[in-house]
Amino acid sequence: MSARPETITAVEAAGETYKHGFVTEIDSEFAPKGLSEDIVRFISAKKGEPEWMLDWRLRAYRRWLTMQEPAWAKVDFPQIDYQDSYYYAAPKGFGTRPKSLEEVDPELLRTYEKLGIPLSERMLLAGVAVDAVFDSVSVVTTFKEKLHEAGVIFCSISEAVQDHPDMVKKYLGSVVPYADNFHATLNSAVFSDGTFVYIPPGVRCPMELSTYFRINAANTGQFERTLIIADKGSYVSYLEGCTAPMRDENQLHAAVVELVALDDAEIKYSTVQNWYPGDKEGRGGIYNFVTKRGLCRGRNSKISWTQVETGSAITWKYPSCILQGDNSVGEFYSIAITNNHQQADTGTKMIHIGRNTTSRIVAKGISAGASQSTYRGLVSIHPRAEGARNHTQCDSLLIGDKCGAHTVPYIEVRNPSAQVEHEATTSKLSEEQMFYCRQRGLDAESAVALLVNGFCREVLQHLPMEFAVEAQKLVGVSLEGSVG
Amino acid sequence: MGKAMLEIKNLHVSAEGQEILRGVDLVVNAGEVHAIMGPNGSGKSTLSYVLAGRPGYDITQGSIFYRGEDLTPLPPEARAAKGIFLGFQYPVEIPGVATMTFLKHALNAQRKWRGEEELDAMGVMKLVQREAGKLKISADMLKRPVNTGFSGGEKKRCEILQMAVLQPLLAVLDETDSGLDVDALRLVGDGVSALRTPDRAMIVITHYQRLLDHIVPDFVHVLSQGKITRSGGRELALELDREGYAGEQPPERIPARA
Ligand SMILES: Nc1ncnc2c1ncn2[C@@H]1O[C@H](COP(=O)(O)OP(=O)(O)O)[C@@H](O)[C@H]1O
Ligand SMILES: [Mg+2]
Repeated sequence: MSARPETITAVEAAGETYKHGFVTEIDSEFAPKGLSEDIVRFISAKKGEPEWMLDWRLRAYRRWLTMQEPAWAKVDFPQIDYQDSYYYAAPKGFGTRPKSLEEVDPELLRTYEKLGIPLSERMLLAGVAVDAVFDSVSVVTTFKEKLHEAGVIFCSISEAVQDHPDMVKKYLGSVVPYADNFHATLNSAVFSDGTFVYIPPGVRCPMELSTYFRINAANTGQFERTLIIADKGSYVSYLEGCTAPMRDENQLHAAVVELVALDDAEIKYSTVQNWYPGDKEGRGGIYNFVTKRGLCRGRNSKISWTQVETGSAITWKYPSCILQGDNSVGEFYSIAITNNHQQADTGTKMIHIGRNTTSRIVAKGISAGASQSTYRGLVSIHPRAEGARNHTQCDSLLIGDKCGAHTVPYIEVRNPSAQVEHEATTSKLSEEQMFYCRQRGLDAESAVALLVNGFCREVLQHLPMEFAVEAQKLVGVSLEGSVG
Repeated sequence: MGKAMLEIKNLHVSAEGQEILRGVDLVVNAGEVHAIMGPNGSGKSTLSYVLAGRPGYDITQGSIFYRGEDLTPLPPEARAAKGIFLGFQYPVEIPGVATMTFLKHALNAQRKWRGEEELDAMGVMKLVQREAGKLKISADMLKRPVNTGFSGGEKKRCEILQMAVLQPLLAVLDETDSGLDVDALRLVGDGVSALRTPDRAMIVITHYQRLLDHIVPDFVHVLSQGKITRSGGRELALELDREGYAGEQPPERIPARA
């Protein structure tokens, strides 16, 4: 592969420091197996955290000890032994990074190829520490400068704890309290790293922000913590992760994402998740237990979640909006694809507290193979939410006859002026449509991909352009082998 | 080539255990247009599906050769890439997939299969717009999802557009004229006639001879109860139009009402 001239300069400039970085990381980034108060202290100490941060973690840990793993989701998996994990290991650390493409799992490379990701990015995503990595160093630098000019803070949460403690203190746990739920509480105790974003009043963030552009993004651990604050009248679009599979030996991912939108602010949060789903027999794969919640604190604020969930063996995820400010708007656009033995229990919660609050839910579930997909959604209208409105559209598409789709809507209305509408459909991939596509020259797999993309279009439209293109390809890749 | 483009011999076809085609023989040479007429339920659409390779139709006897090759083991997409196009009697709706996008995927899938270079979005757009113009299909319609919310006439014109873009060697048009008003019929007829070249062949399935004013056939066949019962020239269509299919079909059974 060829490196751009700026890359080479960046490599030369950064070369020494990076080599150093690798060595120290290998030596230091391990904690003993298992979970205890000492481990929590160890993590906090490693990060040189202030006392208040450690206290918060410890409170979470003690609380977690009293909690039960939730069992209400329609997912089925063997008991997780929480003592059989590392809570602070260099996550797929620099030390174990493959040195060249030859060392990378060929199946992983094939997936990247199918996704049409250029070689350099493939190497980066597979964790190969070569030019590609440095390539992104220069990208990061230009990004950082532009953002700095706009007054946007975009850094890791660990840095934010050090550099912006007041803000972290004020907002961390303000949307997802440390005692919120089993997985979120565990995350609060042991979160490894994650992203912090602050957009100052009146600023429209000059570019889409993505963890992809942060070097440590490729290495964020299984307990990510993300906090995004959009101050009055600001706007930000945030893309989570990247479109390529991040494979990880670790089984459990328990991330927490908190969003806060003040008066007239808008946050658009997009995710394309395609972690390792396990093999065709259902062995391996990531357990993805995520708590994502946005608080529309201010008047006229808006939070919009768009997600494309194609990966993980188990997905347990309900990006939600608390519509506290009057006239605030919450949106949830979701595509959940399950194949083989994957299980997804996903949906949203729209909590209407303020007056004239509006929410819109469009959920598309596609199940193939022997997979199970459940949409679970709550629309709650509080007594004060005069004039609240919700519209929910929930469509399931079944491919084959061994899979299942389930819709579980919960609706609570405690204000008589509210309007709540729920529509749901379930259909099978039609033989007629398949034949029509194939008659025009598409092979069976391309036909499925095209039909499913059509089925999901309403949601795909809400993704930022580049993301949408990747997501469309991903839809095809994740359904491979679903028709004979 | 000298060889027939399509050679169907003693073709028997069943669906769901029921025999629909009962020994069809048909030879179509390059450059020819064959019209197939016949009463409802005689097996015309079934014949078109079998040529295109639709799953669910079993060939129990006989053979189909296309340009010297046994067609029966090929999947539908391979037949399409080899130049077989089916204009559907009931074009299928594909929600969420813009007509332009659909054509781009279809065209490039065929090109790829044939080892030809794929066209970029711009190239496809130009090609499609040019052909759409001839059929008076608006740019707006190309943005709408395939056949979704189209009127009957729009669907049929869209089928012809697809044919014009995909440039097949053998086009089977199944009742492309039904549901068309006089103007649309002329557009479709002209569209089809424009594709009439010495190296292409067409099988035009229709109920009415009026389409054949626009697409003048070389041969006309009558399919009745799964068999070709009569064959002739253009004049046979006119005769059938005057006299109907009387004698081609047993008197209709009137179902007893419960
Ligand atoms: N998939 C199928 N399964 C069972 N019967 C079928 C199927 N397709 C067609 N038929 C039957 O075969 C006969 C011929 O149908 P068709 O080919 O559609 O006739 P035409 O196009 O000439 O009106 C009809 O009686 C029809 O009900
Ligand atoms: Mg028919």
